[in-house]
Amino acid sequence: MPADPSVPGAGPAAAPGGEAIRIEGLHKSFGENEVLKGIDLAVASHEVVCLIGASGSGKSTLLRCINLLEPINGGTVWLWGSRITGPGIDQNLVRRYIGIVFQSFNLFPHMTVLRNVTLAPAKVLGMPQRQAEEEARALLGRFGLLDKADDYPDRLSGGQQQRVAIVRALAMKPQIMLLDEVTSALDPELVSEVLDVIRELAAGGMTMLIATHEMGFARDIARRVCFLEEGRIIEDAPPAELFSNPRDERTQRFLRRIVEAGRM
Amino acid sequence: MDGAQQPETPVDPLAGLTGASPRTVGGAWQPPGTFVSGGRGPKLFSAEGRRGTVVSTVSTVIVLGALVAIFLLAPGAHAVEHAFFSPSHMWAAFIGNPKQGYYSVGAAILLNIKMFVVAEVFILAFALAIALVRQSTHPALFPIRVISTGYVDFFRGVPLILVILAIGLGVPALNLPVVSNQSNAVYGVTALVLSYSAYVSEVYRAGLNSVHQSQVAAARSLGLPHRTALRYVILPQAVRNIVPPLLNDFISLQKDTALVGILGTIEANKAADIYSEQVFNFSSFTVAAILFLILTIPLARFTDRLIERDRRRRLAGAAR
Repeated sequence: MPADPSVPGAGPAAAPGGEAIRIEGLHKSFGENEVLKGIDLAVASHEVVCLIGASGSGKSTLLRCINLLEPINGGTVWLWGSRITGPGIDQNLVRRYIGIVFQSFNLFPHMTVLRNVTLAPAKVLGMPQRQAEEEARALLGRFGLLDKADDYPDRLSGGQQQRVAIVRALAMKPQIMLLDEVTSALDPELVSEVLDVIRELAAGGMTMLIATHEMGFARDIARRVCFLEEGRIIEDAPPAELFSNPRDERTQRFLRRIVEAGRM
Repeated sequence: MDGAQQPETPVDPLAGLTGASPRTVGGAWQPPGTFVSGGRGPKLFSAEGRRGTVVSTVSTVIVLGALVAIFLLAPGAHAVEHAFFSPSHMWAAFIGNPKQGYYSVGAAILLNIKMFVVAEVFILAFALAIALVRQSTHPALFPIRVISTGYVDFFRGVPLILVILAIGLGVPALNLPVVSNQSNAVYGVTALVLSYSAYVSEVYRAGLNSVHQSQVAAARSLGLPHRTALRYVILPQAVRNIVPPLLNDFISLQKDTALVGILGTIEANKAADIYSEQVFNFSSFTVAAILFLILTIPLARFTDRLIERDRRRRLAGAAR
């Protein structure tokens, strides 16, 4: 895949063909409720994997466990062969390598778009303010948001806010991007502008794990699609296989419901 | 016909709504003939344009007129007017005359302002520290957390006037080297700080809790350590959320500086008190009250403006 140098993720730091994320036996409970019941998953560098499944199946929780927002109850996660779960881990260090974008954008409402993007590079990476702003403007311009740089988030449309959220994550130059149903809260006509940004990232070689309801998009962009139900990965296959010829009966049932709802 | 329960045909909850099945004896549903307000309701409460202005003017005249009438027509009106609202006494109290044995209320209010400003600065800082400690989860801070909770409970429970007396009389009595030799105003300010910090720390805690968890998640996900996230993301939003109740406490504090007079400090209320004892007229208290109002009303209006602006901003954001 030809790497576009202007888009983050294609850097030499990611071992070509190496394993970016490995998850073994991941268990996560919220109190009495076990949400992830033993997840095994591997994502190779520059690979795009989509997670599909009903609400409550554990997609969001899985992503939040990978970037250590949620403590886990069992199992291990490795990044590039190094363990990131368990005792003695520097969580802030791990999070510098993983960018995450949420369904509800979560931009900081009391800061301008530019400041939203430059805050973490300046405070965490120690980038001088001027350099952080230059790079931020370059990224915003790359995705058509430069004229919004000095606006506050409440002036932007949902699609624009979500694209800013993606830029904010990219400003930290992560090697992996986790996208948690980033278009689910958007009006339909705003969804495609966000999907285009994600397509560009994928084309540029970014390793991505995407939880989504957009089946058509998943079919286009993913190298593999994982179907989750009730905290387990039921099926893990390339999209052509999974969507046309699902092996498991539960996957078939889910896909049938999606088609009936007119979403595919 | 049996008296026991008859099996009922289940009533369709949608019956009558769609017109497919007639609802009641009256037959199919009919729309109301008109939506124009009939003039049968109380006209006074109509909110329309010019009529509304007339109504509010008339209502103001009636209410104010009634209050003034009560005041003027009461049998003791003249005596009260002389005792509390005598212009010559009000002026004399305002200016003061140390040779006659009373102090200027107008000058004394400056001490209230000074005490307010000094106290407020310490309260804002100390209360924030207490709130942050109480919100922390670090095991090493456990004993300080417990002490903080006890502190807040104690100083919210004990009346401020008792705290002022305890510190103003107790600390000098302890005869400690530096601490026991301060002026009464210093003890007063200390008491104000101790007492108000307890309240304001609770306001801060409400503010910290009001910042949505998703903001914390976003900040931590960017790799921001907890302290940095607190300083740049959480606290700014927390403080913006609690400006109205904070300003309320400001207004309260300004008035409570009057209590320090109980230690003998010549602040405005105490000066008014001295005047009234010398001259047997209470108009000095009216002067003090007016001065306090001049200080607090602009703050109250400013708070209202902030609340309104914040409400407009939130609604604008939600409309998207």
